[in-house]
Amino acid sequence: MSSTMQQQATPDIQSATLVMDCKLDKIFYGNFLAVRDSHVPIEKNKITGFIGPSGCGKSTVLRSLNRMNDLVEGFRFDGYVQFLGQDVYGKGVDPVVVRRYIGMVFQQPNPFSMSIFDNVAFGLRLNRYKGDIGDRVKQALQGAALWDEVKDKLKVSGLALSGGQQQRLCIARAIATQPQVLLMDEPCSALDPIATRRVEELMVELKKDYTIALVTHNMQQATRVADTTAFFSVDISEGSRTGYLVEFGPTYQIFENPREKLTKDYISGQFS
Amino acid sequence: MSDTQPPPSRATPSLQRKFEGRALRSMVLSGLVWFLAILTSVPLLSVLYMLITQGGARLNMEVFTELPPAGFEMDGGFGNALVGTFFMVGIAALIAIPVGIMAAIFLAELGPSSKLATAARFAAKTLTGVPSILAGVFAYALVVITTGTYSAPAGGVALAVLMLPIVVLTAEEAMRMVPKVMKDAAYGMGCTHTQVIWQIVLPTGMPAILTGVMLAIARAAGETAPLLFTALFSNYWLLQEGHLAVMSPTASMAVLIYNFSGMPFDNQLELAWAASLVLVMIVLIVNIVSRIFGKPKF
Repeated sequence: MSSTMQQQATPDIQSATLVMDCKLDKIFYGNFLAVRDSHVPIEKNKITGFIGPSGCGKSTVLRSLNRMNDLVEGFRFDGYVQFLGQDVYGKGVDPVVVRRYIGMVFQQPNPFSMSIFDNVAFGLRLNRYKGDIGDRVKQALQGAALWDEVKDKLKVSGLALSGGQQQRLCIARAIATQPQVLLMDEPCSALDPIATRRVEELMVELKKDYTIALVTHNMQQATRVADTTAFFSVDISEGSRTGYLVEFGPTYQIFENPREKLTKDYISGQFS
Repeated sequence: MSDTQPPPSRATPSLQRKFEGRALRSMVLSGLVWFLAILTSVPLLSVLYMLITQGGARLNMEVFTELPPAGFEMDGGFGNALVGTFFMVGIAALIAIPVGIMAAIFLAELGPSSKLATAARFAAKTLTGVPSILAGVFAYALVVITTGTYSAPAGGVALAVLMLPIVVLTAEEAMRMVPKVMKDAAYGMGCTHTQVIWQIVLPTGMPAILTGVMLAIARAAGETAPLLFTALFSNYWLLQEGHLAVMSPTASMAVLIYNFSGMPFDNQLELAWAASLVLVMIVLIVNIVSRIFGKPKF
């Protein structure tokens, strides 16, 4: 533990441990410049936290990583998102395929209107998984720390679960297909503190097998689970709001010894 | 009030209901809406009462198996009309349901704000208000004139024209009710647009779509005007000497009621009442079935 504290402030990221390298020069919605000049590397088996005031574009950045933003009309992107050496925005890349490798967990728990089992099996069936679907569903539910609560009612609707259970079901659904990266967009913001704590514990457990990018508006959450943290802020000028990356580094450095004054002001609660 | 007394707001308030001002107005309005709500159910209940008392007496197995009687004949039934109604509603459903649901998929998912969608939506809304006899005129021109005969398919087409807008509009509404976050989840799993529609939007909206379909079927089963000059009427079975007499005039419950209720013979009048009761029961059963199917499974 103490040795990691002595690491240099700027992380020296080995390319071998890098799963994604995201250089977001410009993200437009129509004529609106939502995000500019942000470069975020995402390391293997780590949790990369995205924090910042509301409207700073952290969710926009996250949704650009698996091309979910392609569904938004007027979305334009300058830069690159390298995923295991391939540009996600490269020529001939199918966004549908990208999303099968880079899974997503949303702010609102959003199980499908089907049974718990079918929810988790959905991605497996989508990918025409040849093995035993039952085994993988069980594995995924165990991985999401939900198995013990639902093993006797797999045929019950996913919508009948509590909010926290629904969110863990969505996590199980996302990990059933064993994606390389899990993007989590404020996964706890609709949950109570106890459910939040369970999902946080789960995230730390999951990083052994997965790489996670986590957007959170909760700074304590970032300090609890994130290994590295990206702090975004927002430029408000000429009636426009443009988010950008202010600082990126190991979480302890961002919170204990920020290099930028803006970061320091934000984490000490001087603005939000 | 003297200065030594506590301010009035501190006095113990009376929680008793006072019959004045807004309380009174509220009571009068509540009474009024109660009365009006009861009033709206009066027509249905009185129609049902009439049908059961007048038609119930004549209801027996015979009416379902016999052909309609001629002028001074006794007994008889409306078996061929029942078969004809089912057959023509079936044809109409086969046309209107697939076309309507496909159109709704376009309206809700593929091009919701396109010019074509705006035009189609407007057309569907207008069509729901078009007098049903015009659907008959349309089918007459389209099918009866081109085939040279009144027939069950002509009646089916006329009924399909009436069902179509109901199916389109309710199915579009049903698909729009599917939460966006649920569709996002499917996209996030790596679904194509087509997969999102077939695996998430349609199944999730299916109960509500089925409700619309059942309502459309119930509406079509009771229509008379569009059948008058498309299917006309027949005193014979649809199945004649072992083959389906598809391309010939076809009987239907609604037209039988229309024909018999104007006749001066008691036997025919009784049959018209019994047929009305059966038709209302069919519509009622379809509505009940739609409620059962309409309940979301999950």
